[in-house]
Amino acid sequence: MARGMVIVGAGECGGRAALTLRDLGYAGPVTLVGDEPHLPYERPPLSKDAMVSDAPEIRAIASDEVLAEKSISHIHSVQAMAIDREAHKVRLSDGSVLPYDKLLLATGSTPRKLPMPGLGARCVYLRTFADALAIRAHLHTGSRIAIVGGGFIGLELAAAARKLGAAVTVIEAQPRILMRGVPAEIAEIIHDAHVAEGVDILCGDGIASIADDGSEARVTLAGGREIVADLAIIGIGAVPVTGLAAEAGLAIDNGIAVDAQLRTGDPDIFAAGDCCSFPLAVYGGRRVRLEAWRNAQEQGVLAAKNMLGAGEAHAAVPWFWSDQYGLSLQISGLSDEGRSIVRRDLGDGAFILFHLAEDGRLVAASGIGPGNAVARDIRLAEMLIAKRAKPAPDALGSQTVKLKSLLAA
Amino acid sequence: MSDWVAACAAGDIDEEDVMRFDHGGRTFAIYRSPDDEYFATDGLCTHEKVHLADGLVMDDIIECPKHNGRFNYKTGDARGAPVCVNLKTYPVKVDAGKVLVRIR
Repeated sequence: MARGMVIVGAGECGGRAALTLRDLGYAGPVTLVGDEPHLPYERPPLSKDAMVSDAPEIRAIASDEVLAEKSISHIHSVQAMAIDREAHKVRLSDGSVLPYDKLLLATGSTPRKLPMPGLGARCVYLRTFADALAIRAHLHTGSRIAIVGGGFIGLELAAAARKLGAAVTVIEAQPRILMRGVPAEIAEIIHDAHVAEGVDILCGDGIASIADDGSEARVTLAGGREIVADLAIIGIGAVPVTGLAAEAGLAIDNGIAVDAQLRTGDPDIFAAGDCCSFPLAVYGGRRVRLEAWRNAQEQGVLAAKNMLGAGEAHAAVPWFWSDQYGLSLQISGLSDEGRSIVRRDLGDGAFILFHLAEDGRLVAASGIGPGNAVARDIRLAEMLIAKRAKPAPDALGSQTVKLKSLLAA
Repeated sequence: MSDWVAACAAGDIDEEDVMRFDHGGRTFAIYRSPDDEYFATDGLCTHEKVHLADGLVMDDIIECPKHNGRFNYKTGDARGAPVCVNLKTYPVKVDAGKVLVRIR
């Protein structure tokens, strides 16, 4: 009798993996273990649409009905405490023990904590729906919001807070916002949009201290400036959740280390999504860890296939998006692989930067514009990147040359 | 009474491409396939109400510009996560160089 498949982590990745196991015809037990009380849900809206909604709701990946129909057992509000690799069992915080044939760790990531004393009830992080509700309650006309970290989460929350009438200050220790992974030319557009909407952005000044008395947070910068906020939201990145894997003796390397098929060193244990580092084939096997919705989804699907023995290697190109005000940014590939940039204007202020490696290979594309103006060309760029194409820079830069025609070349 | 509505001229859409068409407070997507046939579907993705006309057409697939949900635009079939609800399709014909859609 099959012990079945156990998935630890009921987010986008774990949820997709469970559904995929059934889509592929797997008939044994499938158990999805999550530490939140909710159905598996999509996290991206938490800093975007859900945050400006009067009554934020969960956008579930699968309803109770679908889980029941597919015989996926969802155990919620519990932690996986330990893996007994020898016995093929996972012990949960409610005392129960789950046997497995194959185990998938989709434990995700958790907000990086600000390593500083003085943080209290008015200093918060965003990861879960519960976090989102707590933040939402403070976003209204007249409230003062400090955002620590000029990354995507922070900036999306800044946009949401402004939309709801709050006064917003963004504090970024680096010389500009979005230092990691976003070209300066695009970060500048986003910076200007925030300033035009009334956000105060302070760059290049680190935090010296925070005093939080439970009713307000007082943030003092190294340069002496003081920001008083009803709520300080800290968005300084995320760290992979690896404790369970580490204690089970699995290798950790900026995340749970897996091979191209998302297998850990234990052939019966896989890891996928935010929690794992894996070799990215499109860049010669460079080991990366991606914190992105689409990666979580794709790797959940791939892990499910390989748990069933498909032996398929990861081949996707990283893809990421962010929405702020009416602007949408999309990036495919990793721009730090590039050595030169070619710009293509698309009209309406939208443009794409193509990042080329030394040998002329297209390695990434970063685009920004109103609505979904850059979406189609970013998608085509992704295909060119996957093909390891070396398109002529003139053609990339020319509005009159269709990107689709370069794909056929 | 005819329900056929002129959406655009046949040459307005490139082969293997898509165009947005708004009519009567509704929005549609009109497609021209690589083998020069025309099709029409509801204009918004069933996942997050995004205009599909901003997406990419490859063969008989339209891909949502936001989250890469895929549909067969000839049949409306959803082709994989995150989309699971099919798109509604509409009959299309070309008459005297005009692309006509039957909206009902």
